[in-house]
Amino acid sequence: MKNIRNFSIIAHIDHGKSTLSDRFIQFTDMVSDRDFKDQILDTMDIERERGITIKSQTICLPYTAKDGMTYHLNLIDTPGHVDFTYEVSRALASCEGALLLIDASQGVEAQTLANLYLAMEHNLNIIPVINKIDLPSADVDRVMTQIEEDLGLDPDTAIQASAKEGLGIDVLLESIVQKLPHPTGDAEAPLKGLIFDSHYDPFRGTIVHFRLFQGTIRPGDRIKFMSNNAVYKVEEVGLFQIVRVPQKTLSAGQVGYLIAGIKTVSDTRCGDTITLRDHPCDAALPGFKEAKPVVFSSIYPVASDGYGDLTTALEKLKLNDAALIYEKDSSVALGFGFRCGFLGLLHLEVVQERLEREYDLSLILTAPSVRYIIVLNDGSELIIDNPALYPDPTTIEKTKEPFIRASIMVPDRYMGAVMKLCLDRRGINKNYQYLTNNRLEMVFELPLSEVIYDFYDKLKTVTQGYGSFDYDIIDYRETRMVKLDILINGERVDALSQLVHRDRAEERGRHACTRLRDEIPRQMFKIAIQGAIGGKIVARKTVSPFRKDVTAKCYGGDITRKRKLLEKQKKGKKRMKMVGKVMIPQSAFLSVLKTDDN
Amino acid sequence: MKISDGGKPSLFETASNPKHGIYVHIPFCQRKCAYCDFYSLTDLTLRQPFVDSLLQEMALVTSDEVRSDTLYFGGGTPSVLTQQQIETIMQQAKDLFTLTPDAEITMEVNPGTVTQDYLNFMRQIGINRINIGVQSFSHNILEFLGRIHSPGHATQVIQQARKAGFDNVGLDLIFGIPGQDASTWQDDLKTALVFAPEHLSCYILSIENGTHLDQMRKSKAFEPAPEQHIADLFCITQQILKDAGYEQYEISNYARIDNGEKAWRSRHNQKYWSFAPYTGLGPGAHSYRAPLRYWNVRDVGLYSAALAKGRLPIQESEKTTTEQQITEAIYLGLRTCDGIDIAHFEKLFQIDFNQQYGDTLKTLYEENLVIVDNSRCALTSKGMLFHNSIVERLIP
Repeated sequence: MKNIRNFSIIAHIDHGKSTLSDRFIQFTDMVSDRDFKDQILDTMDIERERGITIKSQTICLPYTAKDGMTYHLNLIDTPGHVDFTYEVSRALASCEGALLLIDASQGVEAQTLANLYLAMEHNLNIIPVINKIDLPSADVDRVMTQIEEDLGLDPDTAIQASAKEGLGIDVLLESIVQKLPHPTGDAEAPLKGLIFDSHYDPFRGTIVHFRLFQGTIRPGDRIKFMSNNAVYKVEEVGLFQIVRVPQKTLSAGQVGYLIAGIKTVSDTRCGDTITLRDHPCDAALPGFKEAKPVVFSSIYPVASDGYGDLTTALEKLKLNDAALIYEKDSSVALGFGFRCGFLGLLHLEVVQERLEREYDLSLILTAPSVRYIIVLNDGSELIIDNPALYPDPTTIEKTKEPFIRASIMVPDRYMGAVMKLCLDRRGINKNYQYLTNNRLEMVFELPLSEVIYDFYDKLKTVTQGYGSFDYDIIDYRETRMVKLDILINGERVDALSQLVHRDRAEERGRHACTRLRDEIPRQMFKIAIQGAIGGKIVARKTVSPFRKDVTAKCYGGDITRKRKLLEKQKKGKKRMKMVGKVMIPQSAFLSVLKTDDN
Repeated sequence: MKISDGGKPSLFETASNPKHGIYVHIPFCQRKCAYCDFYSLTDLTLRQPFVDSLLQEMALVTSDEVRSDTLYFGGGTPSVLTQQQIETIMQQAKDLFTLTPDAEITMEVNPGTVTQDYLNFMRQIGINRINIGVQSFSHNILEFLGRIHSPGHATQVIQQARKAGFDNVGLDLIFGIPGQDASTWQDDLKTALVFAPEHLSCYILSIENGTHLDQMRKSKAFEPAPEQHIADLFCITQQILKDAGYEQYEISNYARIDNGEKAWRSRHNQKYWSFAPYTGLGPGAHSYRAPLRYWNVRDVGLYSAALAKGRLPIQESEKTTTEQQITEAIYLGLRTCDGIDIAHFEKLFQIDFNQQYGDTLKTLYEENLVIVDNSRCALTSKGMLFHNSIVERLIP
């Protein structure tokens, strides 16, 4: 156990985490330089072929230190986005230490800070690493100051490195061995392990990633997950060393995987405790939470016969994504589909992307919604995340919506722009403080619904990429919501309805109508697009009809050329939905969700 | 035989009456027109090597079983070939292909390239139909299109063609040109009608990718004509030519009707729309032999190189699937005013036409876009303007 170090790299997106991980693999005794590229890529290709995400880069690095001893450095991967704070916290709970990676030219960002706090909550030893020191724009002194002033860490402990150039990696590996504590725990005590991730292997079922705090696990053991008391027989345990390397046992302090005939990853929950059925530990590890979706959207197949394929794809995706929840939904305009819950907008985008890319589906997503609490006149409460279920407004006493506490870190020259953005989004400025003489942390309370729409993109735009953002959900507050409907040639398209704040309804209506006008192809008749609240039309746009749609001539005897064009158009049409007589392309449904200025 | 076959060839002539059409692509021009995206070169020194290769290609594709009743010289500008070159090609065609005695032999000419002598010679060696690329009788428009000739050239060549003995003269005109108002176009049509051509092709200007016109549009050198205006011109064309005694037999093609029955349709072009087999010779030319479509390389160098090795210069071929054949049958059938021969269609594809298309056709009929009777399904005059949208609604 003395020769084990468990650590994570915490970093803002793009600060070089992946590059550093790769460099570790190269600098340790894992593979020779010559084989490096091939081996890594091979594994990834296999993963791609099998449709597994390359999300888990957790790896056990054998490293011979200057003291001549060989250490197992377990690098535990953490997802890098605000949607996955809980998953990050479970990964950190599996570590004794963390590398805090800071880009030498970008400096400390909100996410760095948020993750640092998280690491501190878990009492991790932290090694600050200033990365990308080779860049011309690197400003090491400034980052040193930030480490001291923003983070309250000793800048002298920081290691300067360039993962890209391989600079400082040897120093870093040595300090992991020297400065991070080894794990402790009794290998003879009852089994206690923490699940921090899992993925699905089509041949072996769920591969559970875990950290053992006490006890020893071996194939043949009957294990139990303490959150749901599910029992499985262990088939294999082992270490991640690019490929899975089976072991006879794993014991306290080690990080590895287990395979136990678990059908779906939903049966394993991030943060759950593993113990032995017949010899359980006294209590589960603290901090377990069920993943709670906060953003909801309906997903429909574009193809009218695509429901079966979508069902299969979601089932398969769910194998690998425990946070995804869904239930059957239906729409007059779009037919059968699924109402899905996501951890955040990024999670939604990841799921959409995977369904389309890995399962070759064309999808229509409805406007993402948060979960509203609606108090009816009779005092009863409804929880609504789907505009289709919005009750008759006259029966509503009041509506409540979720609020977040958002921490935004930004150079102070963007303070005005950020203030305007947040106030436009119904934000309340709670606090701001200078972290250094020109960097500022601004704290807002904001309705979650305003953030899921396009907030992050906007923030990036108004701060020219310098603003960073982190959030927590805090409470529900009373609000004034209306249901905005979209009518196409007088017909309400239910899949385009959105719940929006009263004050923003007209603007959203105009935005949606404009977007639809730009995306719906001209047809042989005029198409009227209207935004409506109740019976009142708040926005209107028109798609003018074709006046002609004919090719002047065949191209000599080249019939193929025109036929291919027709086949392409026909294929495009399969990605359209008929609403009454009007064909609406998939892109039109998606465009309504996008910002107005790109 | 002087008159082109005015009778209506049945659709999908292929199986029962496999008379071929032969198309010869002459890939040379004095200058490339701004709108043209056919394959052509302006280096005229390459003409003779090309002709040599073409003769080889003809020798390779020849087959005694194939009887051809059309031969069509297109381009490019076939009339940039010397008299001797044309004669050699004609001789080779007569020697190697079984041309029917009444074969329609057409050559496209650019008014800027021919003399009375040249036209006389064409007629002498057996070319019996001439298609003149007039495009417009307006100076400004000809300049915009990048044509090498003036309106005067065009009128002169039409008269010279008559003098040379051509009694089957076709004129090509283009409309929908930026800045062209309705009266300019009417003037073009009326000028053309003065010469009582047997055939008129009236094409809507289309701006193809990669052409000079395309670049000009992208650099905002002009605004394309508004759709509604083009639609108006299309309807004007239909009306004026109908009044002048022409039948529209395809979206862009009109034939003079003589004595109330004989119509001077282009027999060759009808093959493209009626699934008759045709052989395309020359670089970039397309051939069809049901269910096979294939086409030559679009490069004189590669073309000649293949033939030098005794190989056909085919770039690619495709065997059309039934579904693709249906798409083509609908697309091509609806381009013609005779429309789709329903009985033939049903027999060929084993499809109950009414059951398959009835609902869509009913809607289209109510919108005055198609006419359907027991034997044929065709677009109305209005429907032709929306040919593309309508075909999209019907194809599998």
